[in-house]
Amino acid sequence: MRKKSFIEGFAVVPHIVWLILFVILPLVFVVYFAFTGPDGSFSFSNITNLTRYGNIFLLSICFALISTVICFLIGYPLAYFMSRMKPKTQKILIIILMLPMWISLLIRTYSLMAILDNGGLLNSLFESLGITKVHIVGTPGAVILGMVYDFLPYMVLPIYTSLSKLDVKYYEAASDLGAGSVKTLFKVALPLSLPGVISGITMVFVPSISTFYISQKLGGGLFDLIGDTIERQFQNVSTYNMGAAVSLVMMILILASVAVMNHFSEGDDSEGGIIV
Amino acid sequence: MNTEEKIIELKHITKRYGDNTVLQDFSLEIHDKEFVTFLGPSGCGKTTTLRIIGGFESPDEGDVYFMGERINDLPPYRRNVNTVFQRYALFPHLNVFENIAFGLRIAKVKEKEIVERVEKMIELVNLHGFEKRSVDTLSGGQQQRVAIARALVNNPRVLLLDEPLAALDLKLRKDMQKELKNIQRETGITFIYVTHDQEEALSMSDTIVVIDDGKIQQIGTSTDIYNEPENAFVADFIGESNILDGIMLEDKKVTFSNQTFECVDSGFDPNEPVDVVVRPEDVDIVPVEKGMLQGKVTSVVFKGVHWEIIVDINGFKWMIQTTDYCAPDSEIGVYIEPDAIHIMKKSQYSDKFGDYSSYSGEFEELSVAEPEDEEKPDVEAEQ
Repeated sequence: MRKKSFIEGFAVVPHIVWLILFVILPLVFVVYFAFTGPDGSFSFSNITNLTRYGNIFLLSICFALISTVICFLIGYPLAYFMSRMKPKTQKILIIILMLPMWISLLIRTYSLMAILDNGGLLNSLFESLGITKVHIVGTPGAVILGMVYDFLPYMVLPIYTSLSKLDVKYYEAASDLGAGSVKTLFKVALPLSLPGVISGITMVFVPSISTFYISQKLGGGLFDLIGDTIERQFQNVSTYNMGAAVSLVMMILILASVAVMNHFSEGDDSEGGIIV
Repeated sequence: MNTEEKIIELKHITKRYGDNTVLQDFSLEIHDKEFVTFLGPSGCGKTTTLRIIGGFESPDEGDVYFMGERINDLPPYRRNVNTVFQRYALFPHLNVFENIAFGLRIAKVKEKEIVERVEKMIELVNLHGFEKRSVDTLSGGQQQRVAIARALVNNPRVLLLDEPLAALDLKLRKDMQKELKNIQRETGITFIYVTHDQEEALSMSDTIVVIDDGKIQQIGTSTDIYNEPENAFVADFIGESNILDGIMLEDKKVTFSNQTFECVDSGFDPNEPVDVVVRPEDVDIVPVEKGMLQGKVTSVVFKGVHWEIIVDINGFKWMIQTTDYCAPDSEIGVYIEPDAIHIMKKSQYSDKFGDYSSYSGEFEELSVAEPEDEEKPDVEAEQ
């Protein structure tokens, strides 16, 4: 092996410093706080107290799963039809899809509230049309709607990337062998774009499970999710340690789900694969 | 062959891509159980014709009939036609067995029958033991066989083959040619075969359709096409030929190279200008004084079975294939039998094909084309 030159060696230093400062060190702190009491002494009490948060974990996982499934059900057909359009149309659709991503998540969530609120745009419209008002904000549906709205592009883009790289010849061969468009979708497009699907699912599930803002605003404060719990606990110095323990468990949860997803795409090194 | 029932009929097909007219008023009948070959240079419209029959393209004008029924708007999956694609298009997520079974599974055939039919196909294409293999691990020849089996297992009435052997090496190509011909005979399925390789076309086909510039140049059996080419393009594209300007003096009498020859063709106007074709293997070399024409040998190349010599006769370079060696720069005479002289009407191609003055054997070998893609000239545009 060739010995690395001084410059090459030097070039990695900033990255290593960055990693240590902003990735490794915070992780160490999380672990440290999780296993210490408020007085700084070693303690397992935070971990044992986690059982109190069991419902919150369950609720968060449910919300994340439902919004991931909905994102997939909307996102896959969208990506599929986009990939079958003319190249020019595809570019325009991509830009439209990415446009909301240029705006901060906070603003997007606020504007969604402005539309859905009891006195919001939608209800004003309903009122003027003589339809009864609907109560949306503060329902589980509103939280899921918010998650789907915010994270849908993360589902569509990797799937679209996978599909647009698929050679048309596979579609032609399927059609030649008697498969109509629905069968072609299930028997050819879906299996061949699996890496994109897996990366899309991961990219929606992970932020959904850890989100805190969407549930607070659109849930009307009725749904306490993991992200909200962690945020609240870190606002008070005395509950830092409990917050760290919850964060640690959530990280393990996310790592486990990513590992499971990676397992599905194992042996499949094609493009559009795992990004997270 | 024309006694068989018509299975496919193309009527006045025109196809354009933008300003580029790929097919022009293209009409053709294909009969049941026939082995038909579309032969022509790259970009001539042969693949487009095949794709129109397969349903992947629709004609701008004209109609496609399948067993008397108009199928212009029928999508590929509703046509009783299967295709062997140029670059196979095997499904990478399925193994050999599942690739071949794909069409049967779509048609919801019973599992037991699927196993039976797929195994029979695997036997037919000599892939026994490869059932569970991933298609990515197969060689080009094996992938080719899977592609053929995948199409044939559906018992199509017509099998379309788009330059299926173009990516294989010469030896394998020859073997596969024989195998394809045998499969066609055994199954009785109509084959429509697209190639730019004239030798392949001659050795396999019942009927050859020579296409150039989006138009049919000639339809006929291998021997028709070779012995009685319709115009200078066909004569030049199929085999080697010396194409000379001539004058048809009267029936069975033609003048070229300042000599009058007896020939066997008739039906031309008196003194009509014509193209004269003489195949290189039909020219006999004789001593100078016995020759009908005299010339000087300019080059001699050994080709294994024969010598290929270029002879300058009155300024026109003839190619002659002979088993008798002639030294370069020697003076020889040539003798041509009347039935070796083929007369063609003048056509748009008449002056496009000259003599062999710029001929180089080496160049010919190099230009044996790679797999080509007519629709995507930007992808592989070596030609």
